[in-house]
Amino acid sequence: MKTESVLEKVFATGELAVTGECGPPRGALPDVVKNKAAMLKGYVDAVNVTDNQTAMVRMSSFAASVFLRQMDLHPVFQMVTRDRNRLAMQSDILGAYSHGINTMLCLSGDHTQFGDHAMAANVHDLDSVQLIQTVRGMRDEGRFQGGAEIKNPPKMFIGAAANPFADPFELRVARLAKKVKAGVDFIQTQCIYNIDKFETWMEGVCKRGLHEEVYIMAGITPMKSAGMARYMKKKVPGMDVPDELVKRMEGVPKEKQAQEGIDICVESIERLREVEGVSGFHIMAIEWEEKVPEIVQRAGLYPRPQV
Amino acid sequence: MITAERKPMDEIMESIDGCGRILLVGCNECVTVCAAGGRKEVALLASALQMASMKKGRALDVREMTLERQCDPEYVEELAPHIGQVDAVLSMACGCGVQEIARRFKTTRVFPALNTTFMGASEGPGIWAERCQGCGDCLLGLTGGICPIARCAKRLMNGPCGGSGNGKCEISDDVDCAWHLIWERMKELGIEDRYEDVISAKDWRTGRGGGPRRIVREDLK
Amino acid sequence: MQRFEPTIVAFCCHYCAYTAADMAGSMRLAYPPNVKILRVPCSGKVDAIHIMKALEKGADGVLVAGCLEGDCHFKNGNVKALQRVTYLQRFLEEIGIEPERVQMVTMSAGMGSRFAKIAAEFTDTMRELGPSPVKAGDRMEPCAKAS
Repeated sequence: MKTESVLEKVFATGELAVTGECGPPRGALPDVVKNKAAMLKGYVDAVNVTDNQTAMVRMSSFAASVFLRQMDLHPVFQMVTRDRNRLAMQSDILGAYSHGINTMLCLSGDHTQFGDHAMAANVHDLDSVQLIQTVRGMRDEGRFQGGAEIKNPPKMFIGAAANPFADPFELRVARLAKKVKAGVDFIQTQCIYNIDKFETWMEGVCKRGLHEEVYIMAGITPMKSAGMARYMKKKVPGMDVPDELVKRMEGVPKEKQAQEGIDICVESIERLREVEGVSGFHIMAIEWEEKVPEIVQRAGLYPRPQV
Repeated sequence: MITAERKPMDEIMESIDGCGRILLVGCNECVTVCAAGGRKEVALLASALQMASMKKGRALDVREMTLERQCDPEYVEELAPHIGQVDAVLSMACGCGVQEIARRFKTTRVFPALNTTFMGASEGPGIWAERCQGCGDCLLGLTGGICPIARCAKRLMNGPCGGSGNGKCEISDDVDCAWHLIWERMKELGIEDRYEDVISAKDWRTGRGGGPRRIVREDLK
Repeated sequence: MQRFEPTIVAFCCHYCAYTAADMAGSMRLAYPPNVKILRVPCSGKVDAIHIMKALEKGADGVLVAGCLEGDCHFKNGNVKALQRVTYLQRFLEEIGIEPERVQMVTMSAGMGSRFAKIAAEFTDTMRELGPSPVKAGDRMEPCAKAS
């Protein structure tokens, strides 16, 4: 074992791991974090805490992660390279680890243009691959990115994202390989709606044996309505929502669309768990955390292993 | 070349408000090529300023000059005989030219008529696009001759991010995804395998991170 | 009350509008004497500065008259002229001069009556618009002196 991360331990048991997501609030509202987290407790192994997601100011991922730790949950501390330079990021990693946070996710982050501070400078001193390298260097070599020695280096279990659906598709396996080379331990993918395409990508991943070097968690987001399906299809960059899925959502009466969304989600997990190389699921129920227990139970992922 | 665009007329006119005589100075280099501050643009702006002034019933004497290079002291010196006769200089060069005039003529106000935009290339008549950010440590050799620092919205050195589609950047369909271009080019060159070489964290000291930069060549001093 | 008579400069392409103006004369079609014709080898030869100088020196309106689309003797001079006129209209707007004071028109050499009609209409438009605001310069006061 490289770290004390519960997520790493679950992967090591060979069982499918499950992570959830907690988006911090746009205000100094600790109870919002705690309530969201409480809904997930016992149903997931770890909880991603997003970092200014969609480039909107929110309570810091670090602070919200500390709340989760205090509730004896295991946060996946997300970090985007957009908002801070390498000094700030490394100091946050030291701080987080000191608070018992030992799992993180390295991202470049949505472009500032998509948020409510389009006028902000985007830092990108490092990119996501370079952040992975940095965190691994801190852990395995006990050195900061600048080369100096770290006293009691943070042992982070290092995650990153992968989008199997973005263009150019043929580059997507190589992109994963690059993150593996940089030292990533686990991957959470973009929400999967086009399962056929995901399977094609996974074939490429397995062919190169990458699934043996990194744990890959399939990203799942339940859709609340046909409107959300259409929005995800048209407006969210890098999202691949097949027409038949939109049609299926549109085909049921409005009041039943939410349930249909959950059904689709459970069916997807059932199919995806059979795909070679899938080591778990990352369930991103955006502002719909209360549905996670139902999804986890119906998909046969409950109870969670005790490690 | 360095590209620039004329500032809005309101801003230009406000900056020289109260001046009776101005020296409008263009530059024969980059800003001439990108049609922002060459002899032609100087003549147009002079005419526009004069008309705008006449409209208000005020006289404005605009003297036009276009220097070979406004960023070179020996050419800026040509302004010396005229400088005492004007209230201010309005420069149609890039920021380098404006500063060179300010440096040489300590007691004369100088205003920029242009916004200096980027280092770029011409993509066709009337179109210029950013190509270089002068990071001081060129990595074009690693990226197939396409710069991810200048041309990727996130400056990713190991891109692309997950947001690009159909070869376009997530911020706009008008912006090419630099990494898509790099990938296509690597394929054409048959060096796709090089893509997986991780480009490590950059040393930004050679760029703006190291403060204002200077080049000193002893052999040329 | 004395009627305002605008001064109009018409840059006319040798291959179309200039001939059309000539034809209007020989057809004995009257057009306002306000329109002063300047022959140019192509409407594409008319630079922005020519138009600006005309306005600066006292013209109330400027016409750029070129060939019909696709008929330019030099391939696309008329298209370029239109782009320039459009650019200049925006520029003039920025300094508070009515953009309609500059217009691009097209015609063929045989369209004498079209030339006469355009000349009359444009003169009317300028008459309605009144004197160019630049002419306020005739009553100009000197501003701050050079130090």
